[in-house]
Amino acid sequence: MKITDIITGLNLKVVSGHNGLSNEITGGYVSDLLSDVIGNAKEGQIWITLQTHQNIIAVASLKDISAIIIVKGLVPEVDTVEKSNIEKIPLLSTEMDTFNIAGRLFELLR
Amino acid sequence: MDFFRADLHIHTVLSPCGDLEMSPGNIVSEAAFKGLDIIGITDHNTTRHCDLITKMASEKGIYVMQGAEVTTKEEVHCLAFFENTDTLKKFQEFLDASLPEIKNDPSIFGYQVQVDEDENVVYEESRLLINALYRSIKETAAYIHSLNGLFIPAHINRTKNSIYSQLGFLPDNLDADALEVSKTTTPEQFLKSHPEIKDFTLIRSSDAHYLNDIGTAFTSFYINAPTFAEIGMALRGENGRKIVIE
Repeated sequence: MKITDIITGLNLKVVSGHNGLSNEITGGYVSDLLSDVIGNAKEGQIWITLQTHQNIIAVASLKDISAIIIVKGLVPEVDTVEKSNIEKIPLLSTEMDTFNIAGRLFELLR
Repeated sequence: MDFFRADLHIHTVLSPCGDLEMSPGNIVSEAAFKGLDIIGITDHNTTRHCDLITKMASEKGIYVMQGAEVTTKEEVHCLAFFENTDTLKKFQEFLDASLPEIKNDPSIFGYQVQVDEDENVVYEESRLLINALYRSIKETAAYIHSLNGLFIPAHINRTKNSIYSQLGFLPDNLDADALEVSKTTTPEQFLKSHPEIKDFTLIRSSDAHYLNDIGTAFTSFYINAPTFAEIGMALRGENGRKIVIE
């Protein structure tokens, strides 16, 4: 599935990284511990987190994660937005909490 | 120049997790007994015990680095130190404005009391001090530096509330004056697994929550005299000043 389909399906806002919107999504991963994402996330997944620090982009780039969904309407730092554009990794935003957005994503990818 | 022993990470009874024995008077006596020349007073998200301890310590010839151990939005613990009452007060206002309005439950987290010289309770902090501030690590560092303070991510070797546990690795824009390791490791040991931080100054301190902990880890400063400016120079390795960990 394309990121654009997920954005439409889950009603997400695109914060940055518009140049990466053609990435393919192979699955999802949910975690707020960056070391856990480094250890366990898989290439092509879309990652749901509440972390907004710039290190999330470095982790996503390292693991070839396709996009990041930031929950609860949290606003990513300026550095994070800049790095998302440089690395072509879309930062997507939802007002929903992790439980609800993960449930909807699971349904959509099933 | 001479060596001055410093334990820069000590909690008082004002921290919920600080033992009730950690009164200003007891901390100063224990520091003197352990032969410390410099102590850092670093309660969780508050500086309210610094004034009294500075006054009591000066009577025993101990220099106090006044500050706090802040919890950033990412739940990273960082030490902050300030040179004078004015900047310390401004930082307290920053903490008061950035701490969530969530009440402490002393039966779960412990008492958060400020005491006087005779150990009478003069103030009880109602908000839970170990909570995370509404401030990112970058904002916090920038604010500390705007007050000419020192910013030192705490116990970076620990698996909780450290910059590594919370952010996976050191951010490339980290503007730190030093990094602290706890007494369960040494800078030498830690550098073996983290060679990427060889350009940072590493200090070691006790993170004392009980009187016995005070001075169980320390850093020696090779400086002219124990002053804030000299300590800053030693952390930056300027003008022959340096730090040594035995």
